[in-house]
Amino acid sequence: MALRSVISRRLTKMSWCGTRSVSTWWRNVEPAPKDPILGVTEAFLADPSPDKVNVGVGAYRDDNGKPVVLECVREAERRIAGNLNMEYLPMGGSVDMIDKTLKLAYGENSDLIKGKRIAAVQALSGTGACRVFAEFQKRFSPDSQIYIPVPTWSNHHNIWRDAHVPQRTFHYYHPETKGLDFASLMDDVKNAPSGSFFLLHACAHNPTGVDPTEEQWKEISYQFKVKGHFAFFDMAYQGFASGDPEKDAKSIRIFLEDGHLIGCSQSYAKNMGLYGQRVGCLSLVCEDEKQAVAVKSQLQQIGRPMYSNPPVHGALLVSTILGEPDLKELWLKEVKGMADRIIGMRTSLRENLENLGSPLSWEHITNQIGMFCYSGMTPEQVDRLTNDFHIYMTRNGRISMAGVTTGNVGYLANAIHEVTKPT
Amino acid sequence: MSSVFANVVRAPEDPILGVTVAYHKDQSPNKLNLGVGAYRTEEGKPLVLNVVKKAEQMLVNDQSRVKEYLPIVGLADFNKLSAKLIFGADSPAIQENRVATVQCLSGTGSLRVGGEFLARHYHEHTVYIPQPTWGNHPKIFTLAGLSVKTYRYYNPETRGLDFEGMLEDLGSAPLGAIVLLHACAHNPTGVDPTIEQWEQIRQLMRSKSLLPFFDSAYQGFASGSLDADAQSVRIFVADGGECLAAQSYAKNMGLYGERVGALSIVCKTADVASKVESQLKLVIRPMYSSPPLHGASIVAAILKDGDLYNEWTLELKAMADRIISMRQELFNALQAKETPGDWSHIVKQIGMFTFTGLNSEQVTFMTNEYHIYLTSDGRISMAGLSSRTVPHLADAIHAAVTGKA
Repeated sequence: MALRSVISRRLTKMSWCGTRSVSTWWRNVEPAPKDPILGVTEAFLADPSPDKVNVGVGAYRDDNGKPVVLECVREAERRIAGNLNMEYLPMGGSVDMIDKTLKLAYGENSDLIKGKRIAAVQALSGTGACRVFAEFQKRFSPDSQIYIPVPTWSNHHNIWRDAHVPQRTFHYYHPETKGLDFASLMDDVKNAPSGSFFLLHACAHNPTGVDPTEEQWKEISYQFKVKGHFAFFDMAYQGFASGDPEKDAKSIRIFLEDGHLIGCSQSYAKNMGLYGQRVGCLSLVCEDEKQAVAVKSQLQQIGRPMYSNPPVHGALLVSTILGEPDLKELWLKEVKGMADRIIGMRTSLRENLENLGSPLSWEHITNQIGMFCYSGMTPEQVDRLTNDFHIYMTRNGRISMAGVTTGNVGYLANAIHEVTKPT
Repeated sequence: MSSVFANVVRAPEDPILGVTVAYHKDQSPNKLNLGVGAYRTEEGKPLVLNVVKKAEQMLVNDQSRVKEYLPIVGLADFNKLSAKLIFGADSPAIQENRVATVQCLSGTGSLRVGGEFLARHYHEHTVYIPQPTWGNHPKIFTLAGLSVKTYRYYNPETRGLDFEGMLEDLGSAPLGAIVLLHACAHNPTGVDPTIEQWEQIRQLMRSKSLLPFFDSAYQGFASGSLDADAQSVRIFVADGGECLAAQSYAKNMGLYGERVGALSIVCKTADVASKVESQLKLVIRPMYSSPPLHGASIVAAILKDGDLYNEWTLELKAMADRIISMRQELFNALQAKETPGDWSHIVKQIGMFTFTGLNSEQVTFMTNEYHIYLTSDGRISMAGLSSRTVPHLADAIHAAVTGKA
């Protein structure tokens, strides 16, 4: 290796000017706080206790507490292995995947899709879709703010902050009823300046599991129309909430019927179990095809300096599953299976708590929907659960029901009872 | 209801990716795509490396594999192996745990995350980029929150390096400024400093505390040797100083669409590296939460398996060799036609691209008359050429240069 010996000879002769000052450029870098959600799993993994339970991050587990790769996904993967190429996708992502994804959200026979009125790009799961939208909002509605529900997924705040869009909040969760604070929500909608931008969870609100009823969605939609507000839907759980993707998209369909030009973030992380593949879609409904073309081109301009084009593998899995009738049918069955198991665990957890004689009301466990249950526990009670019982969840008292199994539901109920019972 | 985005105008096509869009629209049977830097076989087909196919099959067959979220920093194995690949397995920086490595979305993503980190935590917010450079570089850094200046790099007269100009411009940069360096196979020019010149650059930069930010998109692809192509980076790390390095596996493993890459920040101490890593996570989480699993798993499988690794180095060398032979064939063809001008830069330049020296009118002519697609700066992707198509390109260049239809 002649080159290497040349280098080493030169290195020994080298003058060390410039390295005289041994100071580092990064001395001022503070250690960053751990992510409140992902940090929970890190702590869980580090715990040696055999009793430990992870009801932190929202990733589905089967009844043995194991991660699941859906059969439809395994089969799709077999079918695409040995794929002809791994070329770059277009900047906007896989056209086929986007097409099928829009049909899920907007309806198989959507006129908006037929009329080519939707500007849509493949995104890095829900996070990526929200971020590209936030950047787009900053660029093209620079004076706007985003109204975010209280509470919400913690990363929503980070996303809009990093896009430099100022944030405001609107009332959502009602701690006393552990349900929706509908009256305050409507007040906030009415009092916001006309034409405000709102972030709405399409279904299975994260972290509370509290969703408006159909009637309530209709009223919200009506008021949005009166005020000319912009509705951005984050739909991370379509199919996962009720088990029926059509039903879970109801809020969006109500808004579309009322003529709203919505924005929508879709994720396949949970409903197809494609978490690590980072597959999602951002769509914006436009007035006409020409506008949709313009908007899409601008969305692509945001993606290009961020990652150039989105990853191909996950998109191919989605296209394959949604494009082949046998796989699509299997997927629908499997997603219903996951939703049903979670609904079953809600019932079981509530029953266990009631049987333990807990004087508190646990109705909310079965009233709430989707992956999460907002238990109403305080951060101190959560800390006790972790320290005394090795149960891991986020400190806002959010329980990922997907992490509950027939094997651990009794232990979990007992622990919750212990930390919440009146002393 | 009227749209809140009614004021949005259509953005122009990306100058590089737009070339492929135009190519696809062309119906001519003679069309040739020398735009985007994606490798093609002699038959003009995209290539999935054998090792990649093997690794992918291994992953598919492994029933125990799941699709859970990766950590924010990505796949741990992948990160370690990537750092070893660029810095060398025996690098003291690695052995001393002074390197913070995070998996990112290919080269673009690595540059963007690095840029955002610098904008937040580094005291100097200007990045110097070579003139010319990859078209996406200025946008990436601007959106990351840095301001962009240029340093002289390419000399159009010699079609080589403007070394004096480069040293002058770097010498007059403010202390501590960030400097983007192409580790090898400069894009778009194919012009690289010699190792002696790199040493001078290193000394100058360290004397002014300029912060090196390497873009390594072609390791192994330039000379055919992974180690040789990393020498520029390694001499900087060897002097004990700090630097950033963005790596891409798009070209050297043919994983383009999978978006696999890594950002490494070499720090003075392990403690600093750990804090730096924690701050990188805060950049990544609100951007896409965590990186995609598939491509990184393939890379890790290949890098950690001795046989697959060796096989990869052979396939990589074969790709590099094919490109080098295309350079020779094109040069020979232009010589044979006695095309006016000195075309030796075609064989002197290195990597995927040749900066032909053709101007934008000549490029437009070649596209319209010969259905040859390239970027308007005259950059051609040698990877898109074959023995079969070289004559057509030579004809087009000859016609463009001599002004004959």
